[in-house]
Amino acid sequence: MLTILFDGIAYGMLLFVLACGLSVTMGLMNFINLSHGVFSMAGGYITAFLINRWGLPFLLCLPLAFIFSAALGMLLERTLYRRLYARSHLDQVLFTIGIVFMAVAAVDYVIGSQQQTVKLPDMLKGRIDIFGGSIGLYRVFIIVLCGCLAATIQMLLVKTRFGSQLRAAVDDPRVARGMGINVNTVFAITFAVGSGLAGLGGALGTDILGMDPTFPIKFMIYFLIVVTVGGTSGIMGAFFASLILGIADVGGKYYVPQIGAFIIYALMVVVLIIRPQGLFSRSRGK
Amino acid sequence: MSMTASTHDMMLEQARWRWSESLFWILSVLVLFVFPSKALLFSQIAIMGLFALSLDLILGYGGIVSLGHAAFFGVGAYAAGLMAKHGLGDPLLGLAVAACVAACIGWLTSFLLLRGSDLTRLMVTLGIALMLFELANRMASITGGADGLQGMMVGPVLGLFSFDLFGKTAYLYSLAVLFVLFLLSRKIVHSTFGLSLRAVKGNILRAGAIGISASSRLVAIYTLSAAIAGIAGALSAQTTQLVSLDVLDFHRSADVMLVLVIGGVGWLYGGIIGAIMFTLMQDWLAGITPQYWEFWIGLVLVCLVLVGHDRIKTGFQSITARVSGKGGAA
Repeated sequence: MLTILFDGIAYGMLLFVLACGLSVTMGLMNFINLSHGVFSMAGGYITAFLINRWGLPFLLCLPLAFIFSAALGMLLERTLYRRLYARSHLDQVLFTIGIVFMAVAAVDYVIGSQQQTVKLPDMLKGRIDIFGGSIGLYRVFIIVLCGCLAATIQMLLVKTRFGSQLRAAVDDPRVARGMGINVNTVFAITFAVGSGLAGLGGALGTDILGMDPTFPIKFMIYFLIVVTVGGTSGIMGAFFASLILGIADVGGKYYVPQIGAFIIYALMVVVLIIRPQGLFSRSRGK
Repeated sequence: MSMTASTHDMMLEQARWRWSESLFWILSVLVLFVFPSKALLFSQIAIMGLFALSLDLILGYGGIVSLGHAAFFGVGAYAAGLMAKHGLGDPLLGLAVAACVAACIGWLTSFLLLRGSDLTRLMVTLGIALMLFELANRMASITGGADGLQGMMVGPVLGLFSFDLFGKTAYLYSLAVLFVLFLLSRKIVHSTFGLSLRAVKGNILRAGAIGISASSRLVAIYTLSAAIAGIAGALSAQTTQLVSLDVLDFHRSADVMLVLVIGGVGWLYGGIIGAIMFTLMQDWLAGITPQYWEFWIGLVLVCLVLVGHDRIKTGFQSITARVSGKGGAA
C-alpha cells in the first residue's frame, strides 16, 4: 500500500518535471504545443547514448541531457515555434503534430525502434524499508531531486526579476514591451528551460517510463492532462495535478488492471466538465 | 433593402450547383473504368473523404477543434462490424445502425464541448477517443481486442450487388454513400441553419446577441458530424471486412485533420480533395519507404502551416471560378 503510494508520488514527480515546461508555454502563453514529448525523448536518448557508448556516469548525464534539450528547444523556438505564437490554435495543433510525426519517424530511422536502457549507478539500486514499505532507492532519488526542482522553479517564478518579467510578458506582451522587457528573449529562455526540464525528465524517466521512438505520442496525453487539469494559475497547479495523476495511474494499474488507463482519462474528462479552467485555477478564467 | 437583396443573391450564388461540380462527380465514377485495378484504393479515398467531410462540418463550420474524431469512426466501424458478425449482414442496415450509435455518442458528448476554451475542447475530444480505445482494447471478448474483429459476413448491397475481390462494388457503394451525404451536408451548410452556424463560429457572443442559440447549433452539428463519421467507419468495416483497434487510434484523428487541412477547411470539397491527395501521397510514400512515410506526412503538415494552408483551397476555387466564368461567357 505504502509502496504503491510512494511509487505513485515518484511517478507524479517525474511527470511534473516532464510537463512543467509545457504548463508554462501552453498554460500561460496559450500556445498549444503537442510536441513537448519530443524534447523529453531527446533527453532520454542522449542519456542512453552517453552512458552506453561513452561510458559517462549517470549523474553527469543528467545535466548534459538538460543542456542538450534546452539547446534544441532554443533552436526550434527561434527558428520555428515563435512564428506560431500569434497563429490560430488549429495551426498550432497541426504544426506540432507534424513535428511529433517527423521526430518519431526520424528517431526510428536513425536509431531503431528498440527500447533504450540506461545503467543506473550502484548507489541508486536496491531498496530501503521505510514504515514497513519497501521502496526503490532510485524512486527516493527521483522524489528528492524533483521536489527540489519544483521548489526552485517556483522560487524562480515568484521571487526573481526574471519571474516577474515572464509573468508580465504572459499577461500582456504589448504592455510588457512598453515597459522595456524584451518579450522575445523572455519567451525564448522560458521555452528553452521548459524543454531542458523535459529532457531531464526524459533522462530520469528512461528507467521507469521506458524510452522508445513512440514516447512523444504515448506520453503526450499525460502532459496535456497535467496542464489542463492543473489549470493556468502557475506551476503549483501542475505540480498537484501531476501528483494526483501519478498516484491515480499507479494505483489504478495496480488495483484494477483490467480497466487500464481508462481511469485517468475518465478522471480528466470529469475534471474538465466540472472545472473547464482546470482544477487549481483562479475561479475567474481568462 | 437593396443590401439584403444583394446578400440574398450572394447566398444563392454560393449555393448554386456549378457544372464543374457535376464534372467532378462524373469523373469520380469514370476513374473506376480507367483504372479498374485501383478500385480498393479509390474506395479508401471515398471513405476518407466522407470522414474528412464530417470533420469539416464541426471544424470548418462549427469552429470546434477536435483531436478525437476517430471516436465516432471507430464506433461506427465496430457497430457495423458486430452486426455483420452476428448475422445481420445487410450493408445499408449496418450503415443506419452505425449512424444511430455514433450520433447517440456524439449527442451525449457534445454537451461537454459547450464550455471551455479550444484547449479544453481538444482535451475532452482526445480524452473521449482514448477512453473508447481503451474500452475496445479491454472488452476483447466482444471486440476481439488487439487481434481485431474477425468473421464478418457482409451481404450484398440492396440484395443485388455482392462485394467482389477487386473492390469495384466497394468503390461504387462508398462513392454513392459519399455523394448522398455530400448533398445532404451541402444542403445543410447553405441553409439558414448553416448560416447561423457560421455566425456562431465567427463570434459566439455577437451571434448570441442577435438571437442565435449557440449551444443548440453546436450540439446539432456535432451530432450530425458524429453520425456521418460513424457511417464512414461502417463503410470502412464493410468494404474491408475487418475492424481492428486501429479505427480508434489517435493517428486516425490526426490523419483526418491533416486530410481536411490539405484540401481546405470550411469548404465541403476540401475533405474530398484532401483525401485524394493524402491517400495517393500515402500510397506513393509507403511504396518508397514503407516504415517511415510518417516522417513525410509530418513534413507536409509543418510546411503547410508555415506556408499557409488556405493556398490550396483558394487555388482550386480561383481555377474553377475562372473556368466557369469562361464557360458562362461562351
